[in-house]
Amino acid sequence: MPNVFAFVETRGGEIRKVGLEAVTAARMLADKLGGGEVHALLMGPSGVAAKAPQIGEHGADLVIVVENAGLANYNPEAATATAADRIKSGGYRAAVFSTTAQGRDLAPRVAARLGVALVTDVLSFDVDGDAIVVKHPMNIGKVIATIAINSQPAIIAMRPNVIAPAKNPKAGRVESAQPAADPAASRVKVVETRQGSGGKLDLAEAPVVVAGGRGLKAAENFKLVEDLAAAFGNAAVGATRAVTDDGWRPHSDQIGQTGRLVSPELYVAVGISGAVQHLAGMRTSRTIVAVNRDKDAPIFKVADYGIVGDVFEVIPALTEAVREAKKHH
Amino acid sequence: MKIAVCVKRVPDMDVRFRIAADNASVDEAGLKFDLNDFDAWGVEAALKLRDANAGSEVTVISLGPDVVQETIRKALSMGADKGIQLKADKVPFDGLAIAKALAEELKSGAYDLIFFGKMSPDSANGVVGQMVAELLGLACVSAISSLEIANGKGKAKRELEGAQEIVEFPLPAVLTVDEGLNQARLPSLKGIMAAKKKPLVVKAAQLPQSQLTVRKVELPPERQAGRIVGEGAAAVPELVKLLQTEAKVL
Repeated sequence: MPNVFAFVETRGGEIRKVGLEAVTAARMLADKLGGGEVHALLMGPSGVAAKAPQIGEHGADLVIVVENAGLANYNPEAATATAADRIKSGGYRAAVFSTTAQGRDLAPRVAARLGVALVTDVLSFDVDGDAIVVKHPMNIGKVIATIAINSQPAIIAMRPNVIAPAKNPKAGRVESAQPAADPAASRVKVVETRQGSGGKLDLAEAPVVVAGGRGLKAAENFKLVEDLAAAFGNAAVGATRAVTDDGWRPHSDQIGQTGRLVSPELYVAVGISGAVQHLAGMRTSRTIVAVNRDKDAPIFKVADYGIVGDVFEVIPALTEAVREAKKHH
Repeated sequence: MKIAVCVKRVPDMDVRFRIAADNASVDEAGLKFDLNDFDAWGVEAALKLRDANAGSEVTVISLGPDVVQETIRKALSMGADKGIQLKADKVPFDGLAIAKALAEELKSGAYDLIFFGKMSPDSANGVVGQMVAELLGLACVSAISSLEIANGKGKAKRELEGAQEIVEFPLPAVLTVDEGLNQARLPSLKGIMAAKKKPLVVKAAQLPQSQLTVRKVELPPERQAGRIVGEGAAAVPELVKLLQTEAKVL
């Protein structure tokens, strides 16, 4: 039975939610292939081995732990060498990565080193004879392609949030390994990782995203969006391109065709008209709420629930109501 | 400095796409095509570096049928010095096949920097630049939103989810460009005239067998338009109730 490899992303020595999603996806794929093993690679600084049991709980039979002081930050060259070596020597049928800033950097390098095909931003996958077949959004999500990957191994990078991390306990045997390339010798060095303001949640991972647009009128009014996000307690803050272009928010907050693609359980659009470029980044969200003063704004065409009104009046009231609702849980 | 920029011709996304008769591609009739935005920012970054470093040259490379010459000319009209078309009947979806054909051309160019857009909106796979770097054994930083080059070294910023990375790297290197790096200049009339006389070499692309097959493309199910819950702050209690009882997200 063919085995499947999973790359578990970490940041600052912690496993990211997308890492557990990759393990869950690899488990699903291994089961579709006949129930082989899932081997997960966990790389990080000293101490990261303590996180290995979580990976076993999510369906890994083997956790390959690579601890090295040089892996506190993402190290593209050490990660590429280690993942590629392991995928090659392990003879896997498939390898699963995440479509994040890190995974988008790493997976293509690994695929090129192995000379095999890669599809990123994968929404779902299946096995059809000798091919692994995936769904992949094209043309900013306006077209969905079904793509057969004919290489062995096949490499896929999952879109965050399309597969919820699921408990499926397996042995989770731990094996310690060395990086296949010395992190200290890497030509490309991450010299600093700057956390976004206020320890906010990661846009790709947050179950709730509250995003603001031009309707907020000025940078300082983003406080309304931040307050609403804080009331939810599990929300990240996003913005439209117009807003990041104007410097109200950093580019890393931009949701849309040229920015982040998000699919949270709940997306709240505050003062966002709904330009095509923005809709491309959030239309796969499970539930969409829009608040806008213009009843004809295109955002209402994709929103499940809309309120027509002044954001300066509606959002503080909504923030208060959400805070109340959370209290009773 | 010798700088290369790899560019792609992409359709305008602000349309309703139709599926072609083969059910495995998008009908291109009536679509407007232009230089990919991310690639235009790569061209802009290359031109800035060229102008700051005497004796530098910017080469623009595009793989595809003859219509990509139009895209190369656009970059030349922005100010790039020469163009190369790697001629192919069509651009495959398989990024590794594209990367191998580009690497074949780039390997003998002795480029100090090779720019790519971080992705193109049509195929939306975002893999070619990193793959080329790997095939050529070059240092690579993907999705950069700032760049400084001095004394054979570079420093760039990458946007992560909710964070930023500051990355240092040696030259030669491959860089893929994210939004925020710069604003691409528009071609001037003088630039458009000058571009017509700039060299554009056509070579056959050395495309290997593709390992990916697009079996089908389809339009996603339309999202059902929802309902307007009400107007103003008075609608908030009803909205919260719906989020709790119907959507079950609160």
